[in-house]
Formats: sequence, structure tokens, C-alpha cells
Amino acid sequence: MWDYSDTVKEHFFNPKNARAMDDADAIGDVGSIQCGDALRLTLKVNAESEVIEDAAFQTFGCGSAIASSSVLTEMIKGKTLDEALKVTNQDIASELDGLPPEKMHCSVMGREALQAAVANYRGEVWKDDHEEGALICKCFAVDAVMIEDTVRANNLRTVEDVTNYTKAGGGCSACHEGIEEILTRVLAETGEAFNARASRQKLHASKEKPPVPGKGMSNLERIKRIERVIEMVRPQLQRDRGDVTLVDVDGDTVFINLVGACSGCQMASLTISGIQQQMMEDLGEFVRVVPVPANHAATTGVTA
Amino acid sequence: MSDPTTLKDVYLDNNATTMVDPAVVEVMLPYFTEQYGNPSSIHSFGNQVGRSLKKARQQVQALLGVEHDSEIIFTSCGTESDSTAILSALKAQPERKEIITTVVEHPAVLSLCDYLEKDGYTVHKLKVDSKGRLDLDEYARILTERADHIAVVSVMWANNETGTIFPVEEMATMAADAEVMFHTDAVQAVGKIPMDLKNTDIDMLSLSGHKLHAPKGVGVLYLRRGTRYRPLLRGGHQERGRRAGTENMASIIALGKACELAAEKMAYENTEVKAMRDRLQEGILASVSHCFPTGDVENRLPNTCNIAFEYIEGEAILMLLNKAGIAASSGSACTSGSLEPSHVMMAMGIPYTAAHGTIRFSLSCYNTMDEMERVIEAVPSIVAQLRKLSPYWGEDGPIEDPEKLFAPTYA
Repeated sequence: MWDYSDTVKEHFFNPKNARAMDDADAIGDVGSIQCGDALRLTLKVNAESEVIEDAAFQTFGCGSAIASSSVLTEMIKGKTLDEALKVTNQDIASELDGLPPEKMHCSVMGREALQAAVANYRGEVWKDDHEEGALICKCFAVDAVMIEDTVRANNLRTVEDVTNYTKAGGGCSACHEGIEEILTRVLAETGEAFNARASRQKLHASKEKPPVPGKGMSNLERIKRIERVIEMVRPQLQRDRGDVTLVDVDGDTVFINLVGACSGCQMASLTISGIQQQMMEDLGEFVRVVPVPANHAATTGVTA
Repeated sequence: MSDPTTLKDVYLDNNATTMVDPAVVEVMLPYFTEQYGNPSSIHSFGNQVGRSLKKARQQVQALLGVEHDSEIIFTSCGTESDSTAILSALKAQPERKEIITTVVEHPAVLSLCDYLEKDGYTVHKLKVDSKGRLDLDEYARILTERADHIAVVSVMWANNETGTIFPVEEMATMAADAEVMFHTDAVQAVGKIPMDLKNTDIDMLSLSGHKLHAPKGVGVLYLRRGTRYRPLLRGGHQERGRRAGTENMASIIALGKACELAAEKMAYENTEVKAMRDRLQEGILASVSHCFPTGDVENRLPNTCNIAFEYIEGEAILMLLNKAGIAASSGSACTSGSLEPSHVMMAMGIPYTAAHGTIRFSLSCYNTMDEMERVIEAVPSIVAQLRKLSPYWGEDGPIEDPEKLFAPTYA
């Protein structure tokens, strides 16, 4: 059985707002009985203020689908439609104290039902742009369709590339066989053969690259470059509801602060090594990236 | 959980695994402490264990109706036995690159076959009808057409999800007539169906200890004398060199005892356990609308019934059953974290309104008729509760045109 949080169980066993709403102003239907989960979200909306005065749901689905629907209705009541649209699937999952990676799609379905309901209220047609494939990476809940699309769009060649672009394979590494299969299949479409050695050579190369000190660079120029690398990676982290800021630089040590979804994430170490790699390439010298709390004063710890 | 002070939880998931019989635990315990010798050793520590190993082998031999005790090879599990059998057949006959199996096999066989397909082997998967039955004409046709290319036929004796029994003895004879090896995954059938392997044409058979009240981590591959064989694990001379690795003695002793007990309880399984199963099914069907048993109900294991509840989802049913102190399992996609419901249900073409709501109840001799009554009492309200939440269910029945009434705009 899944390791559901107590909040998920509470919302499953005692769902809130589970009923048909006959006089709904907005209806959002997503999913289908064939797929194994379907959700109807119904809203009562104040015509003047666009505030959601009441929300109800009916769900055909598993424990987490019912819990996600239930918590969503509670989250959006009292919000305006525009405020409600800012609720992400991550917000739904967080409000439930987390969902197993295999079950994240239940929170996605909740968000889609909300988008569909708002579109219905505004007389628009909501487009589902999201196709779901078989779950490949269980650590970071990345499915096959996502990996395939990313491989095609970015001409990826190696498992390492896939990890850098999608996170898939960055955790326990048990899915590397599955990622290799996808790479083999997608590369074959253009007549190319997947080469597992390319990946390994690249890994070795990056490890064995001798550190080249950044010669002739002023301190100011150096810190500006470090800042530029940080700015470059921020949008990617922010998409995952995280962020990074530069705290201090001391010799070859760069102190950064990871916040939001990044801190405590299994990926944190991978994120840090990615930033470190980019900085080394940009500066042409060896640096060590160390995560610290935001108020950390680097100089107090490292002198002496 | 129901109130633990008054009622024990009802365990109806014996096709997943079983309780180790207390008598089995008792015989295995000395092999952790006093009888810790290696059966291969010459000294007295080893010698005694070696004799116990021989006894366990004979106990398995008796349950399966095997001619020679040397035809019993102890392994670590049913999956290892399946893999060993199929890979051995391929290795021993490298000129044969095709396999016949069924679409409803356990993943222990299906995943291996899918993997072999990628390696260039051809796998013929026999289809099933809406009751999960095989088409023996299709089987005969492939056997005739491809006889010289087929390395092995692997067909389960009974299906784990529906309990449907396959005519493996007949199929083994057909394979023998075509001079093709025959393996059966009998993990669910051993101990529930009487067997007399010496009078069949079955060449190899897999069984798993933990499905018949022995512990997890021990299994058997039956290998008929004279069957061409290549070991999966090579190394020491254990199991006559056919499965190297120091014997898991405590568990092997336990499996021997469990086989002895299973033989004694075979009649009880097919009368009393069957009566409980029948009562459970009849009680649920009588009190819940829009549900039906899946598989071949006329020809299935005595302990298994699989019921499909329409318009609700299996994992949600299991969670509420669990809360009521009842353990069962489901073929829904959500319980496994996959996108598709069970391949067995898909293969039988169960209607989509029910495919996600299948629940398997699998009994053992430790269940009681009182427990069945408790389940029969609990199920209707659980189903009603979830149907009340379902957008496909109206006041007291399914909405009339679910496709039309529940209509996502993007679909």
C-alpha cells in the first residue's frame, strides 16, 4: 500500500465538498473512466467580484485522486478566479503533506479541473496540452512522454543529458535502463544509434579536467561572472518552485543559498554540482560550491 | 483497522502471500541455531542437515507426485524457477528462438519474455476469451506451424488474479507430441490442485514456498529426468550442480513441512475453503448491484474470487476495506502506480466501467465462515460510499449516458 500522509487519508476518508452541485456557475470535467480517474469540479462564482463562493467535486479514482479533489475545493473557496488559477499542482500536493511520485498526476488532474472550470465560466475552451506516459523515474516522477519529447526537442544523446534536462535518472539511478531504451528508440527515428560509451567518456572527461586558474581576471569581473551563472540557473529552479542566491565568495569556495523546493530536495546535490560545473566552465578555474543558510558569513568560518 | 480488542483483521490476500503455518515455523527454528551445519560438510553438523535436506526433498516430491526426488531443485523463489526454466530451454537449444506463453502470465514470465523479445527471440502469446480461457486451437496451430523453432512452452497452471485454471496437462501432451519442452508456473496451483507429475508430460514446473504457508525466499523447480538443462547459477555442486549456492536450509526444511501439510489439507481446501469462497461471492453479488465475478468461475482455484465493481476504483475500495479490517487486493492501475489496469483484466476485455474496480479475495484454510459474513456485511456500504462520490453514478444507479454527461471539453 502507498505511504499516504495523514492529511491524504483524512481527505480520503472524510472528503470535503463531495457532492453534485445542481446550480453550478462553472463545471470542469477532466479524465475519463477508461483512464481510471475522472474529476468533475463545480463552482459557485460571484458575478461581481469573481470570488469562488462554493466549490464541490465528484471523483472516480483512487485515494489520492479523491484527496486531491477534496483539498482543492477547500483551497480555492474564497479566492477570486484569478487567484485560484495561481494554485499549482505542487500547491495541492503540499497542502496534502506530499503525494507519492506515482500519484503526482492526481494533483495535476486537480489543477486541470480548475483550469477547465474557469475556462467554462469564462466561455473559453480549455486545451489539455498534457499527455501522460508510463512513469520512468520514480524519484522525480518523470514519465516516458516527457523524456521522449525532451530528447527530441533538444537532441539529447546520453542518460546524463536526460538527467540534466528532466531530472529523470538523477536519483537512485534504477531507471537508467528505461532511459537508455527511450534514447535508443528516439535516436533510431533519425537513424542514429545510442552509444552508452559516449555518456561514460563525457563523465570521465569532466572529472579529469585539470583545474585552470582564472588568470588575469579582476575580483570584480570574477564575482560578476559567478553572479551571471547564478542568474542563468535561477529560472530553471524557479520553475520547480525553488530558488538560489549568491551568499559569498571566499577564494575558490562559492557559498550559495538554496530555498523553496530545492532545499531538502533529493536533487539538491545534483543541482549544486550542476551549478559548480557551469561556474568552472565559465571561470576557467576550479571552484567549490557550498550550500549555506542565507545569513551565513563565509569569512568567519574559513579563516584560521 | 477495526477495533483490535474484539475482532481480528480478515486476511483475504493469500494469492499474494500466506501466513507461515506455526507447525512450519517450529520445524525450521532449529536450523538457525543448533542445526547450522552446511549440508555439504563431512562432519556431523553437516551430515544431519544433509539428511534433513533429503527429507524435505521427499516431502516436496510427494506433494507433486514426482517419480524421483532428484527431480526437485530448490531455488530462492518462484521467479527464479521461472527464469531458470525458460533460460535453460533457450540455452540448451540455441537453434530454437521462439517461445509460446500466454497474455495472462505472471510478470515473472511475461517481463522475462518481453526482455527476450528485445534480444531477438519471438514470443507467441496465446490470447484469452472474456472468461480468461485459452484457445487450444490457436495453441495447436502455432505448435504445428512452428514446432521446430519453439524452444519452450510456458503456461501458468492457474492465474493469480482470477484463479482460472488452464489445461496444462493436456497442453503439455500436445507439446510433447510436437517434441517441444513444456514448463508451467504452478505457483498458485500447488497445494490447491492435486498433482501427479510423473503421469503428465510436464517437463518443468515452478513453485513458491510463501504461497503455501512456507516462508518467503524459497522455491522449487521441478525438472523431469532427462530434460535438457543448463543451470542459471553455476558454482558449487549444490542441487547436483543444477543450482549452485549454499542451501537456504531453514526455509527448505520449512517448505518440506508445508508441502506435507498441504497434502493433508488438500481435501479441506477443495471443500471447506471452497464453500467459504462461494458464500463470499454469492453474498456480495446478492447485496451489491452492478458487480460481477471475473474469470472462468466454473473452473478456478477453490480459494479465489475476483469481483469487478462498476463505476468505482479499486485502490479506493481497498483503502476502505483496510479501514474495516479487511485485506484484499486489486487489479486497478492505481494500486500498482501504472497507467493501465491489470493486464489480465485487459486481456479478458473487461468493460472499461469495471476494469479499474476489480477486487481479488483469496482465502486460505485459516479463514472462517464468520469472517466471510463480516466481509459480506462491510462491502455494500463501502461500494455505496464510493459510488456516491463518483461522477458516473446518479441517485441509485449509473448515469444514463456516461460518455455524454461527463464530457471533458478537450476530449
